[in-house]
Formats: sequence, C-alpha cells, structure tokens
Amino acid sequence: MKLVTAVVKPHKWEDVRGALEMIGVTGMTVSEVSGYGRQKGHTEVYRGAEYDIALVPKIRIEIVVDDQDVDAVSDAIVRAAQTGRIGDGKVWISPVEAVVRVRTGDRDELAI
Amino acid sequence: MTSLTDALVIDTGDTAWLLAASALVLLMAPGLALFYGGMVRSKSVLNMIMMTFGALAAITVIWVLVGYSLAFGDDLGDGLLGNPFQYVGLQSLVPASADSWLTVPVILFAAFQGLFAVVTGALVSGAIADRARFGSWIVFVSAWTVLVYAPVAHWVFDLDHEGHAGGWLANKVGLVDFAGGTAVEICSGASALALALVIGTRVGFGRDAMRPHNLTLVMLGAGLLWFGWFGFNAGSALGANHTAAVVFVTTLCAGAAGSIGWVATENVRDGHATSLGAASGMVAGLVAITPSCSSLSPLGALVMGGAAGVVCALAVGLKYTFGYDDSLDVVGVHLVGGLVGTVGIGLLATATAPAGVDGLFYGGGIDQLGKQVLSGGVVLLYAFVVSGIIGLVVDRLMGLRIDEEHELTGIDLVVHAETAYDLHATAGTRSGGFLGHRDGPGGLG
Repeated sequence: MKLVTAVVKPHKWEDVRGALEMIGVTGMTVSEVSGYGRQKGHTEVYRGAEYDIALVPKIRIEIVVDDQDVDAVSDAIVRAAQTGRIGDGKVWISPVEAVVRVRTGDRDELAI
Repeated sequence: MTSLTDALVIDTGDTAWLLAASALVLLMAPGLALFYGGMVRSKSVLNMIMMTFGALAAITVIWVLVGYSLAFGDDLGDGLLGNPFQYVGLQSLVPASADSWLTVPVILFAAFQGLFAVVTGALVSGAIADRARFGSWIVFVSAWTVLVYAPVAHWVFDLDHEGHAGGWLANKVGLVDFAGGTAVEICSGASALALALVIGTRVGFGRDAMRPHNLTLVMLGAGLLWFGWFGFNAGSALGANHTAAVVFVTTLCAGAAGSIGWVATENVRDGHATSLGAASGMVAGLVAITPSCSSLSPLGALVMGGAAGVVCALAVGLKYTFGYDDSLDVVGVHLVGGLVGTVGIGLLATATAPAGVDGLFYGGGIDQLGKQVLSGGVVLLYAFVVSGIIGLVVDRLMGLRIDEEHELTGIDLVVHAETAYDLHATAGTRSGGFLGHRDGPGGLG
C-alpha cells in the first residue's frame, strides 16, 4: 500500500477530483494548505506599505492506494493538474505500513 | 408633482427629510457592496466592493459636472435630453435664489438624484463579478452615466414645471414611475445584460461551484439596502408628507412579501428556505415597488412584492438556459423585477393611492397598462443597446477583462494587491513602500 500525496493549484482541484473519479478512486482527504517552492509569494500594499506574502495557497490531496494503482493515480493527478506554469505543485508517494477501517476493523487492502 | 405657478417657499420639514433621505440612499452603496461582496468567492470580494465604491466616486463627480444638467436641464427638444451646460458644477444652484419650484433647495434635489445615479450604476457591476479590469469598469460606468443614465433619468424623472420642459416618458407618454422602475431597475438590468454579453462568461461558469463565500455579509447588505430604500422611495416624495408616508408603507409591504414569495418558491422547488433566497426575494419585492410605491394600496403592494419574489426566483435560472454569465443576477432581479413593477402598475394601481391612477384591475382599462409597457420597453431597449456599444468600445480601447490566469488566481490579489481576509499567523514581511526596504523580493511569483 502506498500513500499518494499531491499539492496542486486550488483552481485545479475540481479537475483532479474528476480525473480520479474516472479511474475509480472513491475517496480521499483534502486540505487547504499554503507553502512555497519556485513560485514565490506575492506583494500586497496597504496604505502604501508593501508586504511580501511568502505563502501561496494550495490544495493537498492524500489517497491511500494498492501498490498496483499507484502509477495510474499519480499519472491522473499530474495530467489533470498540469498547466505548464511554475506553481503547478508536486506529487509524492510513500509506503504505508498498515491501514484500519474504523467502522469495521478491516485491515490493509480490505480497508482501502 | 404638479405644475406650479407660484414660487414655493422652502419648507424646513421637507428639507430635513430629503437631507436624511439622501443620506439613506447613500447608505445603499455600502449595502449593495456587502450584498454583492458576500455573494462572490473570497478571492474577489474586494473587487466586488470596489466596483460599487468606484462607481460611487466616479458617478458623483460626473453628476456634479454634467450629469444633473443632462437629466434635469431645460429640455433640448422632444423631451429627449436636458441642456448639458445649464447646471455645470451645480454652480447656478448655490445661491438661495435658485430655489423656486420645490419646497426643498434645488441643490439638495440635485444631490438626491445624483445618488440615484450612483446606486443604478453600481447595480450593473453585479453582472461582471470576478473578471473586469477595474479601470475599464470606471471608464464604462462614467460613460454610461452620461450616455445611458442621464438621458433615461431625463425621460422619467424630469417633470414639467413652470418655465421648464422635462422628459417625454413622464410628461408626454404619462408613465407612472415614482422612484425608478424604468430609470433605475430596468435600466441597470438591461445594461447589466449587455455588459455580461460583451465581457463573456467567467472561467468555469456553469461547471465550477461559484457559491457565495459569506452569506452573513449578504444578509447585512440586504438589510442596509432595505433601510436605504426607504430614503430612495419615500424620499422621492420630495417632502415630509402624506405621500411619503404611504410610500414608506408600500415599500415595507413589498419587501416582506417579496421575501415570502421567493422563499416559498424555492421551498416548493428545492425543499429548503434559504437565507440567500430570503434576501434576494426582499430585494426583488423592493425592486418591483420602486416604480409602484405611490400608486398601490398596502394590499396591492403585498401582491406586487409577492409576485416579484416568485417571478424573480424563477427568472434567475434564465442565465443557465441562455448561457450569459450575469454573475449576481442583476437581470433576474432588477430587469425582471423592474418589469414586474413597472407593468404591474397598469394592473394593480388604484386611484386612492397618491398617484391617483386606476389600473386594469381597478376599472382603469388598459390605457395605463399600455403606457407602462411602452415605457418599460423603450428604456430596456435603449439601455441595452447603448450600454452594449459602450462596453464594446471600452473593450476595444483598453480591454474589459483581466487575463485568465489572473482570474483564476483571484482578482483581489492581482488587481488590488490585497486580500480580504487574513486568517493566518504567517502573514509575511514588510518589504517596501513607506518606511520599508526597497530591496526585498516583490511582484507576483
């Protein structure tokens, strides 16, 4: 089992969700996050005083999947979220040791 | 108002009321800004509010310079336009000797009418949420004040009086429009439709959820609008008198009934009574009572407001059928509600009300109905065509729309360099401007 984590532009989130739905992903955890990478923040001006706002708003998506689905899921996210401009985000994949479904107590593959 | 043969004496009660009423109309601007601002997404609320505040500033300047003269100057011929040079800068209204044909100072009347222009212009901005260049909007609404609003106000609001010829709809056709069902509501709605068509749909229109980001702002704004509307309608009596009192009551009735009409409609259709529906229905009822507040009984106002609530609740779906992105339903509420109110006078007017006209249901025949339909149609067509032309010209000269990328990022940040809500502790650092370092990283990443 793997955890697929993606950080994407907020306005791409609906596209990503649609693409994942198409390949049969039925659930995920989504959070509004902020951060920065190569896409730096922006400048805001209040009564002539400038402020550098370093953080850029992003959407973080987390999905636990079977090993064989990892590539399909990450490909779907990348395809849907890509605009070709700086700030498109990242997808990373990490191993997961165990999963338990709270309602039933099912473990691992049964719980995904 | 009737033709007056003798110069009237200034009445302190009338003047006090119109001063207060004018301030109430001004309060409709921030009311509208909050009403509209709450309905857009959080990334464009400041721009939405700024379009109203920008219109307030720009239209006021234009009104003082030339707008009032165009609307209320002596008619140039056929009741189409006032003399644009008559009251330039309102200069000639400053001496007390300028007061003659009203029981209030004419310069106060000029300010009151100028605030009508402000509200009408600001209403149009609801059609172009999230995507209009700010400078282009200001240029549009300035040109619109001169070319659309002022002529229409002349037709509708400039009544004949001793030594003065006014506009054609009010004086020749015999339109009954007490506070602007045509000049304000139909005019703003038709202009909004034209501008929405010129500027095009938002990115993701009809697909993305573009739900209101703060309904508490919407409710607050709607409440302020209603409060201000008493100044708008009852102030149009231009005096602290019986007409103002009747108008006050019909305005109260229609807002309440409009709210019920809309909420009942959506409760049947969707199964929920929503707060946005209650606010929208209230506004729809107030829109419809704007022309008719002086010609209906309180019961007539309840029917009028309720009908507007139902009709407008259905009309806001038209934009999805026809594919125009009238973002905040200026067409569905103000154009449609304005038509309901203007045409409805021909049906529901009763001669016992101050306007003294009977509609079809009160045995007045179809005479008044015909006048109402004709006037509503003329204003609709004129505002639509001329606003469309102004929009196309502004688009050609300076571009009406921001870049798609900027629209997606959010217009507040890109155009105004501000964010409405700072909800995070990680706020950033000072980098420049007053007392700041100029060497920090800046600009949009």
